[in-house]
Amino acid sequence: MKEKCSLDKLPLGVTGIVYRVNCNENIKNRIFDFGIMENSSVIPLFTSPFGDPSAYLVKNAVVALRNNDCKDIIVTPE
Amino acid sequence: MFSTDKSSFNKKDVSDCDYKISLAGNPNVGKSTIFNELTGLRQHTGNWTGKTVEFARGCCKIKDARFCITDLPGCYSLLSFSGEEVVTRECLIQNQNDCVVIVVDCGVIERNLSFALQVLSVTKNAVLCLNLCDEAEKNGIKIDCDELSLNLGTPVVKTCATGKKGLDELKKAIYNVCSGKTKCFRVERNFEGVDILSEKNYKQNIEKISQIGNKISSDCVKYEKSELNACTRKLDKILTSKTTGIPIMLAMLGILFWITVVGANYPSEWLSNLFGFIKEKLYILFDFLHAPDVVTGLLIDGVYTTLSWVVSVMLPPMAIFFPLFSLVEDSGYLPRIAFNLDRYFSKCGAHGKQSLAMAMGLGCNACGVTGCRIIESPKERLIAILTNNFMPCNGRFPTIIALLLMFFAGTAFTLSSSLEVAALLIGIIVFCIFITLVISKVLSVTILKGEQSGFVLELPPYRKPQILKTIVRSLLDRTLFVLGRAVAVAAPAGAIIWILANVHISDISLLKYCTDFLDPFGRFIGVDGVIIMAFILGFPANETVIPIIIMSYMASGTLVDYSSYDQLFQLLSMNGWTITTAVCTIILCILHYPCSTTCLTIKKETGSLKWTLVSMALPTAMGIVLCMITAGVMRLF
Repeated sequence: MKEKCSLDKLPLGVTGIVYRVNCNENIKNRIFDFGIMENSSVIPLFTSPFGDPSAYLVKNAVVALRNNDCKDIIVTPE
Repeated sequence: MFSTDKSSFNKKDVSDCDYKISLAGNPNVGKSTIFNELTGLRQHTGNWTGKTVEFARGCCKIKDARFCITDLPGCYSLLSFSGEEVVTRECLIQNQNDCVVIVVDCGVIERNLSFALQVLSVTKNAVLCLNLCDEAEKNGIKIDCDELSLNLGTPVVKTCATGKKGLDELKKAIYNVCSGKTKCFRVERNFEGVDILSEKNYKQNIEKISQIGNKISSDCVKYEKSELNACTRKLDKILTSKTTGIPIMLAMLGILFWITVVGANYPSEWLSNLFGFIKEKLYILFDFLHAPDVVTGLLIDGVYTTLSWVVSVMLPPMAIFFPLFSLVEDSGYLPRIAFNLDRYFSKCGAHGKQSLAMAMGLGCNACGVTGCRIIESPKERLIAILTNNFMPCNGRFPTIIALLLMFFAGTAFTLSSSLEVAALLIGIIVFCIFITLVISKVLSVTILKGEQSGFVLELPPYRKPQILKTIVRSLLDRTLFVLGRAVAVAAPAGAIIWILANVHISDISLLKYCTDFLDPFGRFIGVDGVIIMAFILGFPANETVIPIIIMSYMASGTLVDYSSYDQLFQLLSMNGWTITTAVCTIILCILHYPCSTTCLTIKKETGSLKWTLVSMALPTAMGIVLCMITAGVMRLF
């Protein structure tokens, strides 16, 4: 088992298993809705031209999230 | 705003219907496409989240029964107690639907199932519609419909709405559920420990439902390929990359503009020749009928001439730009633009989805303002609404194109001049985006202070647009609708101008009084009284600005018959237009109060007269100041 890290630090193409979602209330529920919740897997796919936001593969859908919000999502790399 | 069909559906139809059904689902799963196929209506569709933000209603007949169908805006969850989702949830609970059609995108079935389960927790009678099944098949996704149906307690139908496959089965399933032939049953084990009406249990609810969704999907869905949508992944690598992302975006915009400029030139000339020919015949006809001079003047020189200019100058660019834009919309590229530019919007306290509303504003600002609903946070939505008008809409584009062609590219129409105009247009759009960002920033640190909300945006797979259908539909619906509005405004405007020009008080026409009155102010900001007057009279529709300018100049004596840019250029030059005038007119065209339709939409969306007035005052003040500065600087040379 590797060190846990926040989602924005996860290298592209590496699967991360979500450990905890600590985002603030106004975005937390939306992040759950997209299927980012404890024990679900997330893969960073690509980053936008200016470095932020990044796109993640969650439940077969591509979802863009800002780095600022990803800081509060803790994952375990696989 | 473009949708013409919603209004045709009145209350009488609802009461006439035997059954009420609703379409629900995650955003961008093709609800509107299914809705259109079922009802034969023409709700606008596009490949991006939030295309439908309003309820649409329609009727259809299946066998002997009439159905009233409501197309609900897409939402990700019914559990949430915020924004649009409450509306959708209330509608599902209170509407007493005889059947809810849950539309699901097969490609992301796992997440969609979680939504389907939420819907099933509040309603029993439903049909699960597995849409886009052709796309899923290509991706090697196999779904066991019977198993799924048993797990959910509802019929399951596969469709791919664009190819009309499965629609008959869907209709049959809806009919059977409504008439009671098919009995839906509630699968209690799916909802144990879920209390959808409690906000406190949000996390628990969603986790529970999501687990059940996962379980069902692992039982019923098989993935035969390891990587899905490989093509989209490859395209995204190019279209959002650090080096090529932004250049490609600008190049695409450039190509769009270039095609519009080149394509619009010839039809414009043909149309104005045609209208000129008809005008002569009309003169002969009126002469033959012994119509009084006043009538001939008012109807032909006033109304008809203005109308023909509006059509010949405005129709060709609109008829080309609208369909092209619809194609881009259908392809799924728009969310990538929001993705690429979000960093700047984020820095300016705005939301990346604002660029989607801006892109819609390029078509029509009223639509752009309505489109701002996709932004959840009220503060950022208001910023987006107030700044939407900075994107020049289709009604203003032709004006800008015409001025650029005449004053910057030379009236001779060549390849290089068209490329020049396209490049200048890109420059103007970049300028508009810049202004939008600056004003967003200013608003977000002054009157609209507040914490920034989160940004979550889905990037759908690229899809091949249905080229022919899209072109025809956007021509017929959007273009003709916008043109119709412009024509409706142009006719009375033409009459007013003619009357003003032909009613004399002590040998000076009323028009001259008006323009003379506005002239000092106009001169001060680098234009003239006629141009100011045109912008004032053009309030109901920006399309009429150039025609009103031409009309006013011609009415004041210098009679030239206008049939090409060349002659228009002569007419304008004769009336003292210089490069400065052209630049200032373009600035004013971008930066002035929104048209009346947009103002009404802003009032409706914000529910506040104050913000409507702000949205009018802000660009106008900026336009005047910027023109003053431009005129001042140009005078130095």
